[in-house]
Order: sequence, then structure tokens, then C-alpha cells
Amino acid sequence: MNKCIEGSHAVAETINLCRPKVIAAYPITPQTHIVEDLAKMKANGDGGYEFVRCESEFAAASIILGASASGVRVYSASSSQGLLLMTEVLFTIAGMRLPAVLTCANRAISAPINIWNDQQDAMTLRDSGWIMLFAEDNQEAVDLHIVAYKITEALRIPVMVNMDGFVLTHTFEPVDIPEQKEVDAFLPEYSPEQGQFLDINMPVSLGCFATPADYMNIREELAIDIEASKKFIKTQLGNYKKAFGRGGNALVEYYGAKNPDVIIVAMGSVVGTIKDAADELMEKKKNVGLAKIKCLRPFPKEELVKVLGKTKFAAVLDKSISLGQEGILATEVKAAAQNKLSAKIQSFVVGLGGRDITKDSIKEIFQHVQKRDSGLSFVE
Amino acid sequence: MQYKMPFNYLINPGHSACAGCGEILAMRHVLQIAGRNTIIANATGCSEVTTSRFPMSSFKVPWIHANFENAQAVASGISAALRQKGMEDQVNVIAWGGDGATFDIGLGLISGSWERQENILYVCFDNEAYMNTGIQASGATPEGANTTTTPPGKKSTGDDNLKKDMPAIALAHHCVYVATATVGNIIDLQEKVKKALSMKGPKYLQILVTCVPGWYTDSKDTIKVARLAQQTGIYPIIEYVNGELTGAAKCPRPKPPIEEYLKLQGRYKHLFKSDEGKKVVAALQRIAEENVRKYGL
Repeated sequence: MNKCIEGSHAVAETINLCRPKVIAAYPITPQTHIVEDLAKMKANGDGGYEFVRCESEFAAASIILGASASGVRVYSASSSQGLLLMTEVLFTIAGMRLPAVLTCANRAISAPINIWNDQQDAMTLRDSGWIMLFAEDNQEAVDLHIVAYKITEALRIPVMVNMDGFVLTHTFEPVDIPEQKEVDAFLPEYSPEQGQFLDINMPVSLGCFATPADYMNIREELAIDIEASKKFIKTQLGNYKKAFGRGGNALVEYYGAKNPDVIIVAMGSVVGTIKDAADELMEKKKNVGLAKIKCLRPFPKEELVKVLGKTKFAAVLDKSISLGQEGILATEVKAAAQNKLSAKIQSFVVGLGGRDITKDSIKEIFQHVQKRDSGLSFVE
Repeated sequence: MQYKMPFNYLINPGHSACAGCGEILAMRHVLQIAGRNTIIANATGCSEVTTSRFPMSSFKVPWIHANFENAQAVASGISAALRQKGMEDQVNVIAWGGDGATFDIGLGLISGSWERQENILYVCFDNEAYMNTGIQASGATPEGANTTTTPPGKKSTGDDNLKKDMPAIALAHHCVYVATATVGNIIDLQEKVKKALSMKGPKYLQILVTCVPGWYTDSKDTIKVARLAQQTGIYPIIEYVNGELTGAAKCPRPKPPIEEYLKLQGRYKHLFKSDEGKKVVAALQRIAEENVRKYGL
């Protein structure tokens, strides 16, 4: 049903439609509206889940770990410092191959403390073993959460769905929320195999310690499985499109001119602004395109290389930075392009701590990347 | 992988705990009483490292280890999942860990679960220091103990902090059952596990477990040392039901002096070599007397 609702509310309604059994969360701006809505649904008798209110994000992550290990569908949401506080447990969830879906309402990291949007929180977690999806708008956030459950429960790799804090979470826009029966048909009840979860009828030990003889093989297996998950993610995105008529199976979506000289690479809500700026540039016969990264982990190297193709310049926009290096996505793009592409790839850090990113700043980047390579640039 | 064992224990032999380990002994007895319909959430520490080397496990009940500080929160998740499955009354959920996991790093998460009044038994195996990492002091380390982070020296008599009163913290959270025990009295320990599991709500059981390498004791003295902890009054063995003191293990009359307990343990050896050390011995004796008065031991 089409509704004009807040992004957080849309996600909360979607999560309820996915019928999780255990939700645990701790409040942090800008994630709060999502979990408040889920608490309200539970209080009104509309949510069939356990809502476990806890004393820290560390506990929230631990609680969904325990519930997932008990064989039920789980959910949590966080942001910024909260996500960082969860870090130790998030690595453990992935390492233990436990299915979980977590929303990150992306926000800047202290210090200085700042509640506004950038993506430093999620980017810092890129090595944790979670599949990481990024939504461009609230409709995509809704859709990706449903697909996320499908992916995590089949592959036993946790999935983080990222949506920009405030820009998406607190914005009202029209969103098509699927019907319960449609979601049920796409996402049946989660029923793990015996031996995969804690069960008094089939005792298993989960989370054993591994010596050097085994640890590396177990980590290698996880790395291989995450790399191989691209194919499954694409299949599920495709199935979702078949069932709901939206989205698409590309992990890197292209928008713009046919043979672009410049491609801007970005993730999340800034993609909308770039599309508008690109439209205006193309009206002026500028040869520009946009590569939207929908999936950061696993990183869709092959797709990206194909999309960048023969472009001369790639400007990579990052709402995060690896201090002492450059924008994190820029490094990823360069690694993917190595020995495959001749494009000049440059890092532009934008929008840290909620700094506005305007069409003008996108146009400036379009000019800048073609003129000079000044290394890492902070775009005002 | 499964091996057929000639024993009926829920913790199989073949683990790598030290000879004379008090902790593994306590674990075995807690689990024997809890029975097969039990799920264990284990904190990082000796209890996990000695029992779960991949691809093997000593546990014949469902068992999970995640991180050091979150056994109780993992148990919260298990408990919530069981409520959803309608199995809450069929399964005992037990979280356990050492004193570092309990008194220190995991305390906040334990507090959160107790506040939610969840139906979980938390068992602390208290060997009074971080033994798995090599005998560093924790909030459970008693005054005067020699640990690798509270070494005695020209200007030190060992740990100079008082042991944290964890049972009092549990009581402040309205835990329905709070008790202490030692591996020196297995029957008492078993009865307490039985009683705790018969009650619904948050439960806390703290068991003093002798650590042979950490206390510098002889492995034959594991039971003897734990008994003396109770008999001297230094480790009060108490039981609270719904906040009321319902039991306290009496000290023998005459009560053995604290020296009898301390002298069996290398971690207190330095106290008998200096005047400053002797003052600490006297202070420990005063703590024992105060326990006797406070709990009517």
C-alpha cells in the first residue's frame, strides 16, 4: 500500500511484516524512531515478537546473537557509537555464522560528538563479516530489509542494511509497503536445520575455540562464502523484483550518459542528489554518469569494472574517511580497477557530520576530477 | 563428532582443566543437577577454553560461547527465543563464567538482564582473579592476594582493594535467589542449584572454586582450602530467597584462624614475611569476624 510516511516508520512496519521473533535494541539517535515504532506495535498487540529492552548496544547485539543461535528470526538497529559498541559482538555473529538483520541509521562518529549523517559508522565495520547493503531512498530501504532476511537465513551470513540517518530515517516520502501475504509468500517462516541451533533434543556446542590448526581455515571458509554470496544476493534481488515489481539485481546501478567521460561513484541517499546534478549536466551536453554501489560487502568488483568501462575519470564520493589514507570507498574502487581500468580515480570526502551536499558541490566535483589530481579532497 | 563415554556426566572427561581444578568440578556438579534439559551460555575463560577446543566439546547439553562479557545477554536472547517457542518452562537457561566475567567486564549486562527479571540462573565460578590470562587481579580478588597485576614488593602487600560484594549487588536487583557456595561442600552446592532452578526469575549463585596454579595450592588441597574459606568466615556461605536471608553455613567452634586458610596458599605467602603483611592478615581476620557477626555464621 502506498503511504506517505517517515523512513523509520516504513522500516519498522517492514520489519514487523517480516515476523521476527526477537528484537533487541538500545536507543541512539537517529535510529530511535525505528525501535520506538516497533515497541509501540508490540504494545498495541500488533507485533508478535519479544521486544527486549536492554542496557547497551553491546547487550542488544549479544541478545540477538543468543536468540539467533536458538533458531529464531532476529532484528536490531543502531547508529554511530552504538554500532561501534556492538563491534566485538558483530564480528562474533558473523564468525559463528548466525543469521541476523540489523539496520544502521548511518551517523557520524565522535569526536567531536555529532548526531548527523555520514557513513563512518558502517564503513568502520566493513571487515566484520557482515553483508552490507546501502539504500538510496526509503522505498529501497523497505525492499532491502525483506531481501536481507532471505539472504541471511539461506547463507547464514548476517546482513546490515544501511540508510542515511535523518536524510532517510526522518524524512517523509511516499513508500509502497507490501501486504503481509506478499511478504509471507516471499519470506517463509525461518526453520533452521537440526544441529544448527541450540536445542535440548539435539545438543550442539556453538562458539568453540580454534587453534592455529583450524582458525585460518574457518576464516578462509567465511571469506570464500561471503565472496560467493554475490550471486545469491543478485538472485534474491531479482526474485524480489519479480514478486514486487521493484528494484533490480544489479549490485552496481548505472545512471547517466551512454559513453561517459566522468563517472561519479557513491552510496546511499546522496545518489538522489547526484542524479539531479547529472541530469542538469547532461542537459548542458556534459558526458557524465553515476555508479551507485548498492552492496559494499561483498564488494561487487566485476560489476563495477564493467560499469566504469572506458570512462576517463571516476570521482568517488565518501561520507567517511580512513584517516591517514583517503575515502574508504575510493580505496575499494581503486583496488577493483587495478590492472583493469585506465580511468583516473580520485577520492572526494563529502558530507561529514551532516554537512549538506548540494547539486553545486557535485558539479564542482565533476569539474575538479577532470582538471587536476590533488589527491584526497574535502568538498565543502 | 561424538564419542561414546563410559560415564554418565553431562560434562565429558577429556577436557584440559588442571588436576585439582575447582572450577571444572563445580561445573560438572551444577550441570548434573540441572540435567539434560539445560542450555548453557558460557563466558570466555578457563571454563570455555578447557572444554571446547574445536572440533571437540565436553558438553552433552546445548552450549554456546560468544564473548567474554556477554554470557548473560546471550542467555537473555536464548530465553526470549524459548518464550517465543513456548518452551520456557521446559528448559533451564544457565549463564556462567568466572569472576572477571561476572564482577567486572560483564557486570553491566548481568545488571540489565536482572532488571528485566529474566528466568535465568547465573553461576559465577569465583577463583578470585583472571586465571585464564595468567593470574591478574579482578574485582573479586581479596585484599592481600598476590596476583601478576598486584605483585607484592617493597611498597606493596599485594592487592589493596576489598573484594566486591557481588551477592549484595544481586540482591539490589531483586534477584529471587542469591546464594554462595564452595567446592568444599558439594552437597550444599547441589541443593542450591536444585533450589535455584525450582524458582522462576533471576537467580545468582556464586561458587568459590580453588585455582591450583592461581592460588599456588597443592592439587590435593582443592577441597580442603575451599572448606577453610567457609570455616574461617572469610567467604560467607549464605542463601537469600526473595531478598530474605534463609540460610548461612555456621563456622565450627572454635573457629579456625584465618592463617590456617592463608598458609595453604602461595598467593598469601608474602604476608607472613613482613610487619606490613601481618597487618593485612589481621585485617583479613577482622573481615572474617565481621562476616560472622553480619550473617550469624
